[in-house]
Amino acid sequence: MSAVGEAVRERVGGLFWFWSVGAFRRSLPVLFLLGLAAFILGPLLSLILWAFAGRWFYPALLPQEFSLKWWDVVFGNRSVVNSIKYSLMTAPTVTLLSALICLPAAYAFARFQFPGRRFLLLSFLSANSFPKIGLYISIATLFYRLHLMTTFWGVVLIQLMGTLLFMIWIPTGTFRGINRSLEEAARDVGASGARTFFQITLPIAMPGLLVAGLFAFLAAFDEAQGTLIVGSPNYITMPVMMYTLVLNYPQPVGAVFSILLTLPSLVLLLLAQRLLRQGYLAAGYTL
Amino acid sequence: MAGLQLVNLTKRFGTTAAVYDFSLDVHDGELMCLLGPSGCGKTTTLRMIGGFATPDGGDILIEGHSVLALPPERRPTAMVFQRFNLWPHMTVTDNIAFGLRLRHLPPAAIHRKVGETLQLVGLPHAARKWPHQLSGGEQQRIAVARALVLEPKILLLDEPFSNLDARLRVRMREELKTLQRQVGITTVFVTHDQEEALTLADRIAVMNKGVMEQVDTPGVLYRRPQGLFVADFMGTMNFIRARYHRDRGALAGGQVGIAARGDWHDGAVVTVAFRPEDVTFVDGDAGIPVQVRRVVNLGHYLEVTVDGSGVAAIKVFTDGQRPMAEGQSLNIHFRRILVYAEGLPLAEIEMPRLTHLRTAEEVVESSPSV
Repeated sequence: MSAVGEAVRERVGGLFWFWSVGAFRRSLPVLFLLGLAAFILGPLLSLILWAFAGRWFYPALLPQEFSLKWWDVVFGNRSVVNSIKYSLMTAPTVTLLSALICLPAAYAFARFQFPGRRFLLLSFLSANSFPKIGLYISIATLFYRLHLMTTFWGVVLIQLMGTLLFMIWIPTGTFRGINRSLEEAARDVGASGARTFFQITLPIAMPGLLVAGLFAFLAAFDEAQGTLIVGSPNYITMPVMMYTLVLNYPQPVGAVFSILLTLPSLVLLLLAQRLLRQGYLAAGYTL
Repeated sequence: MAGLQLVNLTKRFGTTAAVYDFSLDVHDGELMCLLGPSGCGKTTTLRMIGGFATPDGGDILIEGHSVLALPPERRPTAMVFQRFNLWPHMTVTDNIAFGLRLRHLPPAAIHRKVGETLQLVGLPHAARKWPHQLSGGEQQRIAVARALVLEPKILLLDEPFSNLDARLRVRMREELKTLQRQVGITTVFVTHDQEEALTLADRIAVMNKGVMEQVDTPGVLYRRPQGLFVADFMGTMNFIRARYHRDRGALAGGQVGIAARGDWHDGAVVTVAFRPEDVTFVDGDAGIPVQVRRVVNLGHYLEVTVDGSGVAAIKVFTDGQRPMAEGQSLNIHFRRILVYAEGLPLAEIEMPRLTHLRTAEEVVESSPSV
């Protein structure tokens, strides 16, 4: 038994001789990190190269010629520009609407005990637990009757669905994390319930709420399936446009548009990072 | 007169009464402690005074007027919570000024009042700081400042120092006491720490299971606890179960006989209670023979645990004058004992005459707990 083990180890040891080299083992984490970076940043890098490539033919490692002509193609296309406009109209509307609907609900979930509280909280998962396409089709039949198909508000409603989970769950946790005595102290010194909410609870919850809003915005901004079914052909947003561009145009056009599509996410994520850090700062206040 | 009266206050959570038929008069300028083990209803009582809990029965009067109908923001009370008092998104100044701004005071007056109050709590330089830049003790001091700046009639404190370390807690206690004297504000202080209550309070109301056990000055409460609960809860107390023998005029517990005459009926089982500092060691044959089981040096005094003569673990406080060793035989005597019997008022006996009983049949059947 042990002899076999010994033999195996010898065989493997011969094959993976470098395993016993200390330097190799120490450099493993670095190698792993580099691999990961290549995996994530590699495609992004190639995307950027494609977006600015004038001519790029096999087998060259870099484009033979850089140019901005594909950007002209994208911005010269009316329907593409329109899609950007629609996206920048719908996503903020959805986020705002979602906040208006969900934040009071989240506060209620966090602060009040009522029958069915847990069930209702879990029910917000349901929209995310089915194949969305089936859901969208059945919603579409409903929207036909309500004359919401190919309308702005139809698109807003369908995008709203995907944001509910973020806008309920994250703020519920945020509100629950705010100690009640902070609110009671405000009541105690003379603030009404409404004033307490707007001057104490809301500002303290703000970092969490902004993060929730961010996720909601991105969810709405990236939504393609439902928007395609409900909105087209009148309301083609950027992710829906992407399908058309990828299928019907040369590769660099898709690359340019991808960058445009990534831009809001990137900006908002960087913003979120700062907000989160401030949130931690506030959380660091304890007794 | 900014007195506070609680009249037959009752609060139920579901079917259990957290506070039951609780009545208390807090005089103008008095510092009253609500003392009791956790879950005794003391915090619930305080929250009812502040308006954060609605009583199911009874009334709360401030200066003779019922405040039951008023929400917390309209009651003349100010509360300091156990923790999480300060709003983390406001500076110290803004925290203190919040209530003043709600009252539409002119900015100059707000500035002056905030400055004065910060001076009062000894943190004049904290004005521009953020709550997270303050230590726990400083945060609680600002919370007290925020409560006082509105010049409330009643100051309510809910275990405000329980999250501070022991040394700081003692210092904060003294500071609060001084401050309260200086301002002269009627104060209700909730604590589960009897030492805190004894050092702070003008009077202490001891609560147990939602019911008032006794309200008295710290001295009386310590010297003459009216019930076994208070006797056990306040400080250290020794208990002996004893039986009354009317014909001999004596209480017998274990092999300890105590000469006593009272209204107890013959054969009544009573509880004899005495403080560790009321036990003395005597020389010769007088007193009750016991053995030393444990000696703990607490610095300025020794805590000696003795047993024997049919009585379990008696704690004795003594100065270090007489040498003590574990296993040593000694005779003890009591300076003062309290006798508790069900349905009868407390009896107090100074320098009781003790006898050491020798016969086994006089040993009262031991009971597991008092």
